[in-house]
Amino acid sequence: MRPTRQLTSPLPRRACLGLALASALCAIGSPAALAQEKTLRIAMTAADIPRTLGQPDQGFEGNRFTGIPIYDSLTQWDLSKADAPSVLIPALATSWAVDAKDKTKWTFKLRPGVKFHDGAPLNADAVVWNVNKVLDKEAPQFDASQVGVTASRMPTLKSARKLDDLTVELTTSEPDAFLPINLTNLFMASPSQWQKKFDAATGATPADKAKAAWTAFAADPSGSGPFRVTRFVARERLELAAHKGYWDTKRVPKIDKVVLMPMPEANARTAALLGGQVDWIEAPAPDAMPQITQRGFKIYSNAQPHVWPWQLSFAEGSPWLDKRVRQAANLCVDRDGMKQLLGGMMAEPKGTVPPGHPWFGKPTFDIHYDVKSAQALMTQAGYSAAKPLKVKVQISASGSGQMQPLPMNEFAQQSLKQCFFDVQFDVIEWNTLFTNWRKGAKDPSANGANAVNISFAAMDPFFAMVRFVSTKAFPPVSNNWGYYGNAEVDKLVADARTSFDDKTRDAALARLHQYIVDDAPFVWIAHDVGPRAMSPKVKNVVQPRSWFIDIATMTMD
Amino acid sequence: MGVRRSRMGVSYPSQHPCQPTTMLAYLLRRIAYALPIMLGVALVCFLLVHIAPGDPLVSVLPADASVELQAQLRELYGFNRSLPEQFVMWVWRAMHGDLGMSIASNRPVATEVMVAVSNTLRLAVVATALGFLLGCLFGFVAGYFRHSWLDRLASMLSVLGVSVPHYWLGMVLVIIFSSQLMWLPATGAGPGGSDEWAWNWAHLQHLVLPAITMSVIPMGIVARTVRALVSDILDQEFIVGLRAKGLTHLDIFRHMVKNAAPTALAVMGLQLGYLLGGSILIETVFSWPGTGFLLNSAIFQRDLPLLQGTILVLALFFVLLNLLVDVLQTLLDPRIARA
Repeated sequence: MRPTRQLTSPLPRRACLGLALASALCAIGSPAALAQEKTLRIAMTAADIPRTLGQPDQGFEGNRFTGIPIYDSLTQWDLSKADAPSVLIPALATSWAVDAKDKTKWTFKLRPGVKFHDGAPLNADAVVWNVNKVLDKEAPQFDASQVGVTASRMPTLKSARKLDDLTVELTTSEPDAFLPINLTNLFMASPSQWQKKFDAATGATPADKAKAAWTAFAADPSGSGPFRVTRFVARERLELAAHKGYWDTKRVPKIDKVVLMPMPEANARTAALLGGQVDWIEAPAPDAMPQITQRGFKIYSNAQPHVWPWQLSFAEGSPWLDKRVRQAANLCVDRDGMKQLLGGMMAEPKGTVPPGHPWFGKPTFDIHYDVKSAQALMTQAGYSAAKPLKVKVQISASGSGQMQPLPMNEFAQQSLKQCFFDVQFDVIEWNTLFTNWRKGAKDPSANGANAVNISFAAMDPFFAMVRFVSTKAFPPVSNNWGYYGNAEVDKLVADARTSFDDKTRDAALARLHQYIVDDAPFVWIAHDVGPRAMSPKVKNVVQPRSWFIDIATMTMD
Repeated sequence: MGVRRSRMGVSYPSQHPCQPTTMLAYLLRRIAYALPIMLGVALVCFLLVHIAPGDPLVSVLPADASVELQAQLRELYGFNRSLPEQFVMWVWRAMHGDLGMSIASNRPVATEVMVAVSNTLRLAVVATALGFLLGCLFGFVAGYFRHSWLDRLASMLSVLGVSVPHYWLGMVLVIIFSSQLMWLPATGAGPGGSDEWAWNWAHLQHLVLPAITMSVIPMGIVARTVRALVSDILDQEFIVGLRAKGLTHLDIFRHMVKNAAPTALAVMGLQLGYLLGGSILIETVFSWPGTGFLLNSAIFQRDLPLLQGTILVLALFFVLLNLLVDVLQTLLDPRIARA
């Protein structure tokens, strides 16, 4: 077992002697620097380095590796605990409040003394500039390529205004209590660094120059996060160095250097870890788990707000219109068996969020494996082994965040057979499935399917619940693919959106979640646990119940 | 160009094809032929990527983006225009060296493609050289010692080369030499990335496994071709004549090589062309940042400008390589008259 062995280099003996002598001389010159430099090498699942200009692409893996380490946002997720839900805490904003009279106006107080990596101050001007980069088409720094991944995650944010150097007013298009949560996705890039790139850029029009400036900024960015970018090789590696002047003393990095490498193929990542090329891999190949642990590496996992469900159709003629059928399906999936199939790398869901989460509530419907109850419900609904219920699910063979869609769906298919379900699959390409999601169950693209299998992030209330149950989110507006909804749910959504006190908002969201679980517009099949494998050299690893993880607090032997 | 007629009635070009004026005319004609091919390739590749289902803005537009936001981005990226309009604009810009910007990375496609091409070229040239050398060796041995155990062994190796799935072979090599023995790195194009490439062992060790994996198909194809050529040449009368003149095995071998070279070279050129396209599977298995890796990424991110630009450049390379092989063949074998 030699997980940290270095690759051998058959250099000639004289060269080795020369190298040894040079090393010795260097060591005499700077013994501390050489002895203590700690480099953490990470293999990501992404095929390219997520964008480094402030608003990462590649979903939440982008936020995890080129968002949170390099940049700060006004609010952030608490990633310091593994045994409690990750909650919202202050970041660049020390406090925030909604206007008592006009609930579309928010005041954010900024943290004093924060500086970008290029030394420029992070003040109200910088925040307004960063809001305008995605919302104000007339602003010189407006960048269409950042709009999609930003504006959709804060759909009600309209504008920003400086009140004083350390106070900003944000305006929303309607009263929206979710804004502080949404703002975890707005990362602050340095306006002065961008301006330097803009001044040096060439282009026929200011828009062309701005585009070139953003490209240059992405290769040499400046944020205010715990790590700063030192080297960028497109599609190959991103090197980060510790930002020792980071404002949060608890998160000043102990690791000197982080190297991020895109490796989309699971076996390649596993081989790179076993071969000592990297110290950390995301999503190791499931069948390699035993080998990885046998070789002394550690597997980290925790329940993630990452839901892997069947989203059901409520269009006319759908077999899921009967609540008994929906609940029966939820009771008939052998999740424990599926967990074994995945080598333990899933959590068994009790709803969209897990019990203990502030939004879980008190559902009366308990999602568990109970074939007899499921069969009884199906019998009541008029189905039997001789007269099974035909359902058709649109799925993909692979896809970002889709875990192992084929074996998992086939397992669910077999499981549901014992409760008189005859499940058929319409397997289509991932991007097509993803695009069809916005078209809805009534669109020809559904191809007669009455359920769809697309996993989703449940970090914030809009992503986790609202977009699937609000009647305002019917296709093509958002992801209520199945046209689920009623006046009661809409009222619960409105209550949550207009509850500006954190506790009241969480209570309203708990009522919404409770209603959703009891009414079962999904078959909740699995929650992802975000497995990652690391060298035993990496210490102080906290894998929170989140899509994200804090590299800044880790150490290395 | 005039034509002279032999006593047997066979026509020959009156000028040697290697004469500068003839060669220039030939080159110009071949380039002229290549232009409509390129335009056709551009049209096919544009149509293929546009008729594929899915949204071209999927990498920058989450599924829950509002309808207004979708429309706004379509307009900003020019996808609201008609397909003919988009095609003409793309071809016009491409003719000026501008392949557009990648939707996903916001970097110029031309830069992305050229970096990937240089990485693939490095791998493909080494793999082709390896495949060609081994293929020729196995082919000559098998052909020269027909029906012997050496022939059977060499033929078996060449059949294995074309039959074994190369991505599988790549994974097996990685398991043995990287994961288990830890002799060679499993992924990447150098300890510090491909932009710091140097022809030293620290970098070459990254090339060993992908190059071996990539070389097995050309090795098999070249070996089979060369074996057939050698068998054919050995049956010809001039070999008997050479033997009758008392030439040594080495001298006969030299004649044989000269006769087999043009066809073997053509096969190798085609193989190099295929390998220059990059192998999506091999480059993905080894995370080698070449054109195959780039295509894989562009396909999964549905990055249309990057996909179109990469395919166009690769097709251009293929056409140019074919042209180069034709010219080399003409130079090597005067019998091939490209009149």
